[in-house]
Amino acid sequence: MLRFRQQSVLPGFGIAFGFSLFYLSLIVLLPLAALVAEAAGLGLTGIWNIAVEPRVLAALRTSFGLAFLAAVADLFVGFLIAWVLTRYQFPGRKLLDAVIDLPFALPTAVAGIALATLYAPNGWIGAILAHIGVKIAFTPAGIFVALVFVALPFTVRPVQPLISEIDRSLEEVSATLGASRWQTIRYVIMPMLSPALLTGFALAFARSVSEYGSVIFIAGNLPYVSEIAPVLIVIKLQEFDYRGATAIALIMLALAFAALLAINLAQAMRRRRYGHA
Amino acid sequence: MRIRVVDIAKDFGRTGALRGANLDIRDSELIALLGPSGSGKTTLLRVIAGLEIPKSGKVFFDDHDATAVPVQQRRIGFVFQNYALFKHMTVIDNIAYGLRVLPGAQRPSKTLIRNRAEELLKLVQLSGLGKRYPRQLSGGQQQRVALARALAVEPRVLLLDEPFGALDAKVRKDLRRWLRELHDCTGHTTVFVTHDQDEALELADRVAILNLGKVEQVGKPDEVYDNPGSAFVMSFVGDTSSLPVEFDGTRLLHEGQPLNATFGAVRGGRCRLYVRPRDIVLSVPGADRLPATIVSIHRTAAGRRAQIAVGRAATIIEAEIDIAAEITSGEPIGLSFAKGRVFPE
Amino acid sequence: MGMREAGKAATAPESVTTESRLARAVLIALAVLFLAIFLILPVLVVFSEALAKGFSFYLTTFKDADAQAAIRLTLIVAAIAVPLNTLFGIAASWAIAKFEFPGKSLLTTLIDLPFSISPVISGMIYVLLFGAQGYFGPWLTAHGVQIIFALPGIVLATVFVTFPFVARELIPLMQEQGSADEEAALTLGASGFQAFLTITLPNIAWGLLYGVLLCNARAMGEFGAVSVVSGHISGLTNTIPLQVELLYNDYNFAAAFAMASLLTLLALVTLAAKTLLEMRYGDSLATSSRL
Repeated sequence: MLRFRQQSVLPGFGIAFGFSLFYLSLIVLLPLAALVAEAAGLGLTGIWNIAVEPRVLAALRTSFGLAFLAAVADLFVGFLIAWVLTRYQFPGRKLLDAVIDLPFALPTAVAGIALATLYAPNGWIGAILAHIGVKIAFTPAGIFVALVFVALPFTVRPVQPLISEIDRSLEEVSATLGASRWQTIRYVIMPMLSPALLTGFALAFARSVSEYGSVIFIAGNLPYVSEIAPVLIVIKLQEFDYRGATAIALIMLALAFAALLAINLAQAMRRRRYGHA
Repeated sequence: MRIRVVDIAKDFGRTGALRGANLDIRDSELIALLGPSGSGKTTLLRVIAGLEIPKSGKVFFDDHDATAVPVQQRRIGFVFQNYALFKHMTVIDNIAYGLRVLPGAQRPSKTLIRNRAEELLKLVQLSGLGKRYPRQLSGGQQQRVALARALAVEPRVLLLDEPFGALDAKVRKDLRRWLRELHDCTGHTTVFVTHDQDEALELADRVAILNLGKVEQVGKPDEVYDNPGSAFVMSFVGDTSSLPVEFDGTRLLHEGQPLNATFGAVRGGRCRLYVRPRDIVLSVPGADRLPATIVSIHRTAAGRRAQIAVGRAATIIEAEIDIAAEITSGEPIGLSFAKGRVFPE
Repeated sequence: MGMREAGKAATAPESVTTESRLARAVLIALAVLFLAIFLILPVLVVFSEALAKGFSFYLTTFKDADAQAAIRLTLIVAAIAVPLNTLFGIAASWAIAKFEFPGKSLLTTLIDLPFSISPVISGMIYVLLFGAQGYFGPWLTAHGVQIIFALPGIVLATVFVTFPFVARELIPLMQEQGSADEEAALTLGASGFQAFLTITLPNIAWGLLYGVLLCNARAMGEFGAVSVVSGHISGLTNTIPLQVELLYNDYNFAAAFAMASLLTLLALVTLAAKTLLEMRYGDSLATSSRL
């Protein structure tokens, strides 16, 4: 402790650090330890047995599959929006930029009932789609729509600063070397943005996997069809099946961390090849 | 006030470690801490201020051991590299800060504080700008506010970290002169850190040269320039070229060819000869001169410089040559040295 | 390029670093359309549904005892969770930004942990600890203390979910500001506490306000985690979001959206405040482009 304090003449390290650690342990670490303890009681076979229950398997597939699709969709839409908001001047640009954070600020339950109402067969959008025979609410497509909504800010925000920091002379060089505008975007700009795009994708995916409130109203929650993993956790908890809930939670955390780890590794490999980017 | 720094060691400061630094700062002098980045000069300044606590060693203010005195009680004035002006306070509030935080009993009245701050504002030639915020001032003005703020607490010593680093060349020159005048009229013991040798030589009474966490040499500008105590000091202060040489006990040899003098060499064996550009004498090839060839010649503001390849190894050295001298590239010449210093390799 | 390109002038971009006017118009239209349908329409539908039965019905929603209980509970929970997390945020960012110590990056990572955990799991871990069949469940029951399905559980879950908000806002801000200002104050004779009060706090004020706003919005609107620990007892353990769910599932749409409109307003106010703060104090909020 004394060694730390030698570093700085500023006071208050002891109390600030001590309080932070105490509070962190109490609020975050202790409850997470309960999760680990519960999991240890289950053992690997116990977790495996729950994971391969058909209903659990179906819910995990729904959660991860749709989260992946939503993150991919947001990746493209997010890039488009980030580009338009950063590069182009048009009336209302500032307002739209502020709106991007809406899914982040709007409580998930509110988003959930709003989306369910919009996309229900008699809703503003649902009615139009019903004409052409498309059903969104109470199907997996509804889950997809909700996830695209909640995860959008995560693919826009990390990309924006990078776009504004692009050195215009690189684009000019590309043009002087004969590249078309599209080629410049494809071969010069996109590679520079790819780390941020990948980060955005990872954040959007993680958020989508864990989402609950905005999904349950529009999903219909039909077992084997439109039931997501978090819903199954809630059901298990209501039945006082703590072990079942813990197992599903652990599988979700493990899969999500594996996905994030893979993306981080890809980033690290990229950095090794191209240097700091 | 006199300051003595004794055997200061500091593992890792923000800029560089100190490995047993010693320095004696005289009362009322203006001294420069000069060195390359990472040499520990800023760390040493921060140790004197009490902003870094050394691992070992002592700092004396006059005859009092100040090592354990907290920074607040050292009564120092510190000017930070980027001034660290409080952005949310006006210029006058910045200057008055040190008086406002005094404990109740010692704190002057509000009017006194204001008058004192106005006085200082006048001293740094910024009267009328008191109500502005730091970001509304130019770099040079910010620098002077930082100085006024440091002076407000009537410090016993003024410490400045790269005081002119962030300013453009013209402002820097003006401020240097102004700081010198200010020092001469207030008489504060003043220590400033710089990596710019011109700045140190022009401004300071004495210069302390730091390298690898130690003070290598302290002296008047003339002393450190003309009588450098080490190869490092010689090459860091002023332009220097060097040649590998050997000392056989009586003569100095370069590739077997004896030189015209020994330049203070005492220990036998391999060493290096360091020379200033203007101490290199060019003439026609001859027995008592080193064989060399002119590689190129370029013009400088004051004169001309020649790149010269010496001997078989073609070691490149730089010599100052006369504007009128008729020399061309590729010409074989003979070299001798008017002055030089030999340091072990 | 003059003559050869003259015919293209109408669609050609003004510089080589932008797209043609047509391409720009199409891209802008696409972005605006997407944002309108996906982000703005849901907000409009909230107010449209809330007022579907008229303004007087809208107001009567809030006269209901259960609705008032939900609003009161939400305010109480936020009043406990936000100050706690603010205190933590200031302490943690002070320790992390101004000092060096081993394990610093681990601490920073742990602070962000609640962000990456599903809200449902965040609630669940407290059930595992304090629920009827949880680790401390039997002991709590024996001593007549109720945490799950009661206020303490709701507060804990909310604190967990909003844990990183203030700290996350302050850490990069304080790291970037460095310690020079505080050191300058110390050399001028200020005590550590004086330096914190007169220099650090004003320097981080807007970032702090921003973090507190976000933390508060999330605390009042949290659904998943609170849903797991609340027990859904209307009039007792239902916060506003839970009351919204209850009303919605009872097909009481107008009332559900009326309650939801409160949270939507809160979200809009938070966004507006954020935008204003960024516009006026952008330089002290944005972590990249400061003097």
